[in-house]
Amino acid sequence: MPAPQAVLDREFLEMRARVLELAAALDRLDRAGGPPASDPRVGSLRKAIDVLQQTKRDGAEPDRAERVQLIFSRQYDSAWRKTLGVLER
Amino acid sequence: MYYIDPHIHMVSRVTDDYEMLAKMGCVAVSEPAFWAGFDRGTVDGFRDYFRQLTEFEPKRAGWYRLQHYTWLCINAKEAENISLSREVIRMIPEFLDRPGVLGIGEIGLNKNTRNESIIFLEHLDLAAKTNEQILIHTPHLEDKHQGTRMILDMLCDDARLDHSRVLVDHVEEHTIRPVLDAGFWAGMTLYPVSKCNPQRAVDMVEMYGPERLLVNSAGDWGPSKPTAVPDFILAMRLRGHPESLIRRIVYENPLEFFSQSRGFQFTPPEVSETLSAE
Repeated sequence: MPAPQAVLDREFLEMRARVLELAAALDRLDRAGGPPASDPRVGSLRKAIDVLQQTKRDGAEPDRAERVQLIFSRQYDSAWRKTLGVLER
Repeated sequence: MYYIDPHIHMVSRVTDDYEMLAKMGCVAVSEPAFWAGFDRGTVDGFRDYFRQLTEFEPKRAGWYRLQHYTWLCINAKEAENISLSREVIRMIPEFLDRPGVLGIGEIGLNKNTRNESIIFLEHLDLAAKTNEQILIHTPHLEDKHQGTRMILDMLCDDARLDHSRVLVDHVEEHTIRPVLDAGFWAGMTLYPVSKCNPQRAVDMVEMYGPERLLVNSAGDWGPSKPTAVPDFILAMRLRGHPESLIRRIVYENPLEFFSQSRGFQFTPPEVSETLSAE
């Protein structure tokens, strides 16, 4: 794996640009009157942004992308067969 | 570097795209049957589509020395029409022994509904009875996690299926691990907007290694980039990964997976060069 400094040098400008894009989009939303109270999507965005700010847990593999994906995902229902009425073969 | 795009919808692309793929080093494409952007009304509509996939597309690909392979099914979006789906599934065996047919696909789920699940199971049954390989579409965005888990449940419940002959496509960070852990092949689909991109695909290679991992462009009628695999190759190089690792993912892995299909009669490009010289 490349050295941390090399990764930061390679990625920094793009990361900076993406954070700016997100900040500008949230400003745009506020200028339009703020997010509708009944719409859960902005809450999901805030949860995702919280994940970005967390530091890597000791000994754990970095998994921010996976955790952000799960924030924007419907939950898996292990009883889906019963819920949908689909029999096992 | 020679490469194979294991999931690209060439019926949606112009002939110039075949030429561009050839110039970029693509030597073969595999094209799963999919949604045309509208629901087809009759089984004969699908029969004509399967003729296009097995007759005209291989010919068009051949104009640029590309080898064309295909997969047949009725896709999840049209699976809400159960009676039409069953007619199509009964008709598919007419085409299974045609040259270049690799198996059943891309079957899967879209909105994770009851009818989609029923038709998915009936496709699995057809594949098991005819000993075909399977290529699977997983849902997008908020439905991907739940849909992928449902698909894995159904696959793992069927003891007749050999996991090493099943490719689960469109994996992302939250779905790749269970797919690989269960012994299936995993495909990363590179898209300009809604799916994975080359950088994140390289991340997943670094996290999970190259075994049973494929990368594709999907290249369909929506916003997509048929040369996304070369973008991935470049992203791998820029991060310093060796050519042998890149070649394994974009060339050797597709060969290993497809070689399990009786319809895969591949001529390596090195052999083509020999034939040209003679």
